[in-house]
Amino acid sequence: MDPKLIKDCVHCGFCLPTCPTYVLWGEEMDSPRGRIHLMKQHTDGTPVTPEMAGHFDACLGCMACVTACPSGVKYDRLIEQTRAEVERVHVRDPQERAVRGLVFSLFPYPRRLRLLRPGIGLAERMAPFLERVHPSLGAMAALAPRVTRRQRLPRRVRARGPRRAVVGMLTGCVQGEFFPQVNAATARVLALEGCEVVIPPGQGCCGALSVHSGHEDQARRFARRTIRTFERAGVTTVVVNAAGCGSSMKEYGELLAGQPEWAARARAIRTVDLAEWLAELGPAATRHPLPLTIAYHDACHLAHAQGIRAQPRALLSAIPGLSVREVPDSAICCGSAGTYNIFQPEAARDLGDRKAKSVASTGAEVLVSANPGCTMQIASAMGRAGGSIRVAHTAEVLDASLRGVPL
Amino acid sequence: MTPLAEFITALHGVASGEGEVITDPVRLRTYECDGLTYHRATPGVVVLAESATQIAAIVKLCNRYGVPFVARGSGTGLSGGALPRTDGVLIVTSKMRRVLEIDLPNRRAVVEPGVTNLAITEAVREQGYYYAPDPSSQQICSIGGNVAENSGGAHCLKYGFTVNHVEACEIVTPDGDIVVLDRMDPGYDLLGAFVGSEGTLGVATKVTVRLSRTPEAVTTVLAAFASIEQGGQAVSAIIGAGIVPAAIEMMDALSIEAAEAAVACAYPEGAGAVLIVELDGPAEAVERQFAQLTEICAQAFELRVAADPAERAAIWKGRKSAFAAVGRISPAYIVQDGVVPRTSLPSVLASIDRLSAEYGIKVANVFHAGDGNLHPLVLFDDAEPGAGERAETVSGKILDLCIENGGSITGEHGVGVDKSRYMPRMFSDDDLDTMQLVRCAFDPRNLSNPGKVFPTPRLCGEVPGVRKGVHPLVESGKAEQF
Repeated sequence: MDPKLIKDCVHCGFCLPTCPTYVLWGEEMDSPRGRIHLMKQHTDGTPVTPEMAGHFDACLGCMACVTACPSGVKYDRLIEQTRAEVERVHVRDPQERAVRGLVFSLFPYPRRLRLLRPGIGLAERMAPFLERVHPSLGAMAALAPRVTRRQRLPRRVRARGPRRAVVGMLTGCVQGEFFPQVNAATARVLALEGCEVVIPPGQGCCGALSVHSGHEDQARRFARRTIRTFERAGVTTVVVNAAGCGSSMKEYGELLAGQPEWAARARAIRTVDLAEWLAELGPAATRHPLPLTIAYHDACHLAHAQGIRAQPRALLSAIPGLSVREVPDSAICCGSAGTYNIFQPEAARDLGDRKAKSVASTGAEVLVSANPGCTMQIASAMGRAGGSIRVAHTAEVLDASLRGVPL
Repeated sequence: MTPLAEFITALHGVASGEGEVITDPVRLRTYECDGLTYHRATPGVVVLAESATQIAAIVKLCNRYGVPFVARGSGTGLSGGALPRTDGVLIVTSKMRRVLEIDLPNRRAVVEPGVTNLAITEAVREQGYYYAPDPSSQQICSIGGNVAENSGGAHCLKYGFTVNHVEACEIVTPDGDIVVLDRMDPGYDLLGAFVGSEGTLGVATKVTVRLSRTPEAVTTVLAAFASIEQGGQAVSAIIGAGIVPAAIEMMDALSIEAAEAAVACAYPEGAGAVLIVELDGPAEAVERQFAQLTEICAQAFELRVAADPAERAAIWKGRKSAFAAVGRISPAYIVQDGVVPRTSLPSVLASIDRLSAEYGIKVANVFHAGDGNLHPLVLFDDAEPGAGERAETVSGKILDLCIENGGSITGEHGVGVDKSRYMPRMFSDDDLDTMQLVRCAFDPRNLSNPGKVFPTPRLCGEVPGVRKGVHPLVESGKAEQF
């Protein structure tokens, strides 16, 4: 951990009300300010104790504190460095190690995920048993989405009408395997807006999951492969529709800082979020009416990590007949947070329940966000509360409007 | 076993919930300071309290074992008022954050002490009400802490401090009784004594606050001046004209630079000072005052009026984040809090400038100009040997300036541990002894936040160093030693 970055914190406490774990527990050591204090203790010579590691693990990495901090503390960098340090020096108990090992050897590998698909229905039925084995396994089973038919994406999608740009598209791992309809919608929207979309086959994980969990070497390996893939595809702009992937790809330069050649190659490729890109491009295609009331949920890695709040709202509001409702306490994470709802099922559940209440209070028919993890998490929390809501990715809503079909 | 160790063992009997009692050294250290990091002390033990009865039981144990206690809300105080005791217990109220009752017809709300200042407003905003005192840390500072420090804020010029907005408090007294202090109680205004007592008279466990009606109209103006003198003159002229704005805030060039770096507040470029003036009240009155204000601020090179709540928030954002924002332009800094008569503002600022030049220490100025409450931010580089001491000297001399000009060593941050040493510069020994009598009436065993407010720790009944014999007030029959 970089002591200089730690020193930026003046202990003012403005981060506390935006921190999901502080909101839940009201404890100093589970707040950004408190965690930075723990980091300081460690750099001053205190070894990583299981208690200390527990407080770092409990951080969702939502980065709401980065948005709130008036002193400009780079908590995002700090917690990444800290997680890597925890992985280096802290020995977890065997059960936890096994579950973590399972997740990290599974999720970032689309091919392995594909093998899971037939088993998902079974996992759902086995959830109570898995829950008893380990709460994380239970959470995985409970969160597993219903799988829709696989959709193969072409390597290249031609622009409709005059070509305005050529962009690459990241298919992602979880996104690609479990939410293929989102990728299909993204490609269609881009094409309808005049973009030629290059979709290199055999893309792997971008490394987001690894970098957010302190597996830096794995993250760097994935990052280099992703850069190489898009270099070969001959694109300089890559559109990403999953908030977590977009935010980590935007930070490839820093991740690969130790390898200047790779850092330069990383910086030569511009990563943009779908909404960011479309807002920049300006609308070309006709928007057909969608008479719907939607609640827009800010994915943390979009709103806090990438600062993208206005663009998706503007895109959605521009659809005739569609009304966008704001979710109260929108800055607080829903608890999904990548693998958080697997490793910290209890906290994730509490946060999910809070968010579900907020979303329900909007009275919207559809919940829209730029991250399938969030929508899955919130929908399942609403289900627990006896309600239900339809969920969609921003891309799917735009796709329906552009094509003039119901959502 | 030490008294503390015995106390901790006994503590598990009254606070048995999971995670309520913190004894792990790594966790304890995260509570070593509040918003003022200059003073640090690792608490002997921390309790995350859940109820008044639990706090009362803890305080009773403190009495039994002679263990001092310190109450803490969100830990955002700027005078070290919640600095823990290494030999004592830190009672944290951050889990006690329920809004218990909202009584709009009587314009009251009853809340637990850990509820944040802003949360009260949020609970009643839709109904057209708000809680008036607004410290810059309002999104996180707790109402319990506000009561302890009698916190102010930008809008206190017109609406008053916490003391003017608290109707009643349920407190745990330093001997562990739960009592209610109500403004309506006949006799001595004990609530008045309790608010602002900085935790030395007990712990607030329930606060009844007054709710104010959201004004019909609000106009927020940002006026940019070439110099701080011009800004200062405008402030005097505004007040002189009989206008009482909800707030008049001033920031100098250095603090504008910091705010700009932190939140990109886009204040007018090249301003030597900006004034934020907020007018509120009935629409007609606000309009009339705005016309007057425009005339008074003729010297301003730019006058910006917030067109909507978003623009108003943008103007305020720069001001409210100024303290922490200074972290962007300086590795370390001291937030000072002093008061001068409004008319002395220009001369005091000029003296601060001289001090700054003399010691080679930059000072950024942010202040509640309307009531002469200065917040000089003394900037230094803690990596530079001796800079911290020089900054400390400048910071202390600024307080001397305040006193010389007939002001005070604190406007709203409290005395805490940080300013107790300046108390003798402002008060005579007799003054301090008299205060001590009040304190002893509540806390004869000196267990409630000892070491704060008063310069040297003195036990009740123990006479101050210079005087031997009975206190003159006692002697003259005007007071009684408990």
